[in-house]
Amino acid sequence: MTVRRSGIRVAAGAYMALIFLFLYLPIGVLVAYSFNASRLQAVWTGFTLDWYRELFDDFAIWAATSNSLVVGVVSAVVSTVIGTMAAFALHRYSFRGKGAFEAFLQLPIVIPEIVMGVALLAFYVLIEMPLGLHTVTIAHIAFNISFVTVVVRARLYSFDFTLEEAAMDLGANRWQTFFRITLPLIAPGVAAGFLIALTLSLDDFIIAFFTAGAGSTTLPMQVYSMMRFGVTPKVNALSTLILLVVVTIAAVAQFIVQGRNGKQVPEEE
Amino acid sequence: MATLHELTRQGALHVSDVKRHKGLRAHVLLLPAYLWLGLFFLFPLLIVVYYSFTERTPLGDSIPVFTLEHYARLWDPLYARILWRSLWLAVATTLITILLAYPFAYALARTPKRWKNLLLLLSVIPFWTNFLIRTYAWMVILRSNGLLNTALMSLGVIEYPLSLLYTPGAVLLGLVYGFLPFMILPIYVAIERLEPSLLEASADLGAKPWQTFLRVTLPLTAPGIAAGVLLVFVPALGMFVIPDLMGGAKVSLIGNLIQNQFLGARNWQFGSAASVVLMALVIVGLRLYKRFFKMEGVF
Amino acid sequence: MKKLVWLVLAGLLLAFVPAGAQQVLNIYNWAEYIPDDVIRDFQREYGIRVIYNVYSNNEELHARLRAGATGYDLIFPSDYIVPVLVEEGLLQEIPHEAIPNLAYVDEQFLDPPFDPGNRYTVPYLWGTTGIGVNTRFVKEEIDSWEALWDPKYRGRIAMLNDPREVFAVALKLLGYSANTRDLEALQEARDLLIEQKPLVLTYDSDNTNHLLAAGEVWLAHGYSGDVLMAADVNPDIVYVVPKEGGIMWMDVMAIPKGARNVDAALKFIDFILRPDVSARLTQVIHYPNPNRGAHEYLDPEVLSDPAIYPPQDVMERMEWIEDLGELAPVVDRLWTEVKVE
Repeated sequence: MTVRRSGIRVAAGAYMALIFLFLYLPIGVLVAYSFNASRLQAVWTGFTLDWYRELFDDFAIWAATSNSLVVGVVSAVVSTVIGTMAAFALHRYSFRGKGAFEAFLQLPIVIPEIVMGVALLAFYVLIEMPLGLHTVTIAHIAFNISFVTVVVRARLYSFDFTLEEAAMDLGANRWQTFFRITLPLIAPGVAAGFLIALTLSLDDFIIAFFTAGAGSTTLPMQVYSMMRFGVTPKVNALSTLILLVVVTIAAVAQFIVQGRNGKQVPEEE
Repeated sequence: MATLHELTRQGALHVSDVKRHKGLRAHVLLLPAYLWLGLFFLFPLLIVVYYSFTERTPLGDSIPVFTLEHYARLWDPLYARILWRSLWLAVATTLITILLAYPFAYALARTPKRWKNLLLLLSVIPFWTNFLIRTYAWMVILRSNGLLNTALMSLGVIEYPLSLLYTPGAVLLGLVYGFLPFMILPIYVAIERLEPSLLEASADLGAKPWQTFLRVTLPLTAPGIAAGVLLVFVPALGMFVIPDLMGGAKVSLIGNLIQNQFLGARNWQFGSAASVVLMALVIVGLRLYKRFFKMEGVF
Repeated sequence: MKKLVWLVLAGLLLAFVPAGAQQVLNIYNWAEYIPDDVIRDFQREYGIRVIYNVYSNNEELHARLRAGATGYDLIFPSDYIVPVLVEEGLLQEIPHEAIPNLAYVDEQFLDPPFDPGNRYTVPYLWGTTGIGVNTRFVKEEIDSWEALWDPKYRGRIAMLNDPREVFAVALKLLGYSANTRDLEALQEARDLLIEQKPLVLTYDSDNTNHLLAAGEVWLAHGYSGDVLMAADVNPDIVYVVPKEGGIMWMDVMAIPKGARNVDAALKFIDFILRPDVSARLTQVIHYPNPNRGAHEYLDPEVLSDPAIYPPQDVMERMEWIEDLGELAPVVDRLWTEVKVE
C-alpha cells in the first residue's frame, strides 16, 4: 500500500512538473531572448539591454501604456462602484425579475468577445460617436461590471449582516453604518473586484481592437501590431516588462484575497 | 437571511410592505448597472441582430427591408464548413484542456501545505498573462529559425528546418496553451472544496478507487469543470487572432469570418448574421451542457 | 496595503498622462513604409509627435475609415481604392498652395486617372509586385509565377494576404488580366490557388521582408521594396518580376475627413516631397519615388537598379489593379473558398 502511495505521489509530482514546464518554458524562452543581442532570435550571440533601451525611446509604446492605464483605472473604478452596488442589491434583496436580471448580468461573461466588439463598433458608428479612448473605456466598463458583480457577490456570502443591525441598534444612521461597518468589512471583496477589473481591462485586446480609433492604441494592441509587423526582440522586451507588472498585480490581488480570509481560493470568474 | 432579521426587528410591518420597499431599494442600487449594460451592451447586440435581417446596399449600408439572405448564406457549404471547423476546434481545445488540467488540479489540491501556496501562485500567473504574449512565446519557439528548429539542426537531426509554425497543429497547440490556465483554476477550486470524508465513506462502503472517482469525485467537481468550460469553450469559439498568427492565415474560423466581414469585406449584415449564430451556438451549447450535467450556477 | 496600491496607481497615472501641449500627427500607413529617421527628422524640425499606425491592405484601410475610425491625419491608400474613398466622401481636398514642393513631382505622376487634378491625393511612392527569391536554396533561375506552384518548394512559399494581389498572380499565370470580370476566369484562378495552398507556408502582407531575410521562406510573393529590404540584410535575396507580368501600383498621401491635425498632415506631405527626403525614402526602403528633384540625391546604382526602377520592357508587362465595384463580394467569396480549403 505505502509503496503504491509513494509511487502515485512520484507520478503526480512528475506530471505537475511537466505541466509547469509546458506553461513556463515558452515564457522563459521569451524572457531570455529579450536579452539576446541577435536580431534574428534563434542563436544566442550575447547579452544586451539594447532592446529595453529601444523600448524606452519608443514614443508609441509610452503613448499606448498611458492609454491602457487611463482606460484601465477609469473603467475599473466605475465598474467597481456600479458592480458593488449591483452585488449588494442581488445579495440582500429578493425582488421580482431577479433571476432574469442575474442571467442578463452573466451575458457579457458568456458572449464571445468578438461579438461584443463588433456590436459596440456597430453601435458607435450608428450614433456617430468618433472612436477613441472614451469608446474603449465605455466598452471595458460594460464587461467589467459583470465580473465585479460576480466577484464582490462571492465575497458577500461570508459577510455577517447582523453587524449592521447591531450598529444601527447602537444608534448609527444608515450612512455611518455603511462607511464604518459595511465598507471596511467588504473591502477585500471590493478590492479584489477592482483589481480583476483593472487586470481584465489592461489585458483586453479583442474589444479594444474593434472600439479604438486613431491615437487610442492600447498596450495589447501595440503588442499585436509589433508581433505582426516586423518582429524584433523588442517585442520580447516589452512582453517581459508587461509580465512583470501583471505578475505583481496578480500577486497583490491574491494576497488581498488570501490574506483576509485565510483561504487560498482564487477568484473564479 | 437579512430580510428575516429586518422583519423581526421591524416587527410591525407587513411582509408585503417590506418586500415592496426592499424591491424599490434593490432597483435603485441596480439602476446604474441596468442603464450601462442596457445602453452599451444589450442595445449594441440588438443592432447586430437588426443588421443581420436587413438588406445591404452596394455601398454597404443597411436598408430596412427584411431578409433572411445572410442567414441563408451561412448555410452555404462553404460557410457551414467554417462553422463546423470552429466548433470542432473549440470542442477539441476544451476536451484537451480538461484532460490536461484535471489531474494537474487534483495533484495540486493534494500537495502538502508548505508547497501549496507557491505552486498555486505559479498556476495563477499564466492565468493573468496576456494571451498575445503567450502566443508570441510559442511563435519564438516554433518558427523555422526558432529555438526548436535551431536545436534540432545543430544536433543534426534534421537538415532543413521543419514547418512547425503556420500549421493546424500549431493553432491547436496555441489554443490549448492559451486556455489551459483557465481550466486549471476552477477545477482546482472545486477539488479543494471536496469533503475528504465523502471519499472515505465511499471507500469504507467498499467502492474501488475508480468507482469512488467516477461516482463521487467527478460529479462533485463537475461544477468546476463547467466553470472551466465556460472560460475555455466560449473564447476558443470566437478566437481569430491565434489562427492568424499561428496558422499563417490559412485556417479560417468563424472569428476570422466575422472580423473580415466587419474590417475587410465591409459586409456588416453578413458579419452580423455570423455573430448572431455564434452567440446562439454559445448559449444553446451552454444550456445543453448545463442540462446534461444538471449544473447549477452556470448560465 | 490598499493605500500603497492606490499611491502606486496614482503615481503611474500622473507619470503617463501625456504632456498635453505637444502636437500629434496620426499617420495610418503600411508597415515599414517610412524610414524611422525620416520621421525622427520631421519630429525634430517641426516639434510634432508622429504616431504611426499600421494596416495590412487597402480593404482594411477602407473598412476602418468607414467604421468611424476618424482621427487619422494622414493615410497612404493605393491607386485603385482612391476613387472609392472619394466617392464615399472619406477624403478631404488638399490645398495645393500649402504644398510648394508639389512642384518637384514628375509630370507623368500628376493628374492620374484615379484622381484627376490631384484634388485629394499627392503621389508618395510606387512599385511593383513580384517574387523574392532566396538564391541560397533556390538554385534554378526563377522567371515565372509557376515557381510558386512547384512542389519542390512546399512549405517554403509565402503569399501576400491580399485577395486582389493573390488573384492577380493566378490570373496572370492563366493568361488573363488581373482585372478580369469574367466569372469563369476568376473561378479558374480560385482552383489554381486552392491547388497551390498546400505549398504555402503563410499568407502575410506585413512580414515579407522578415520572412525572406530570416530564411523562413525561400520564395515570397511580395512588394519590390519589401524584398529589397530583405536583400539588405541577406545578400542571397533577389527580386524578380515574372515574365507573365506583375502588378504595378502607386501609393498616395491623402487626408481623411475628420482629421484632427490637417496642418501637421500638410507639413508632413510637403516634408516628404523635399527632394532630399524623397531620395532618402528610396535609398532606405527601395521603392522608386515620383520626385524629379530627388534624382540628384540618389546613388547612381540605385537609379540604374532594374529591381527598383524597372526597365521599359518590364514596365510594359505591368498592370494596374482596378476597383471591381459590384464584383468585389464575388472575389471576397472566392478568396474565402481558397482560405477554407
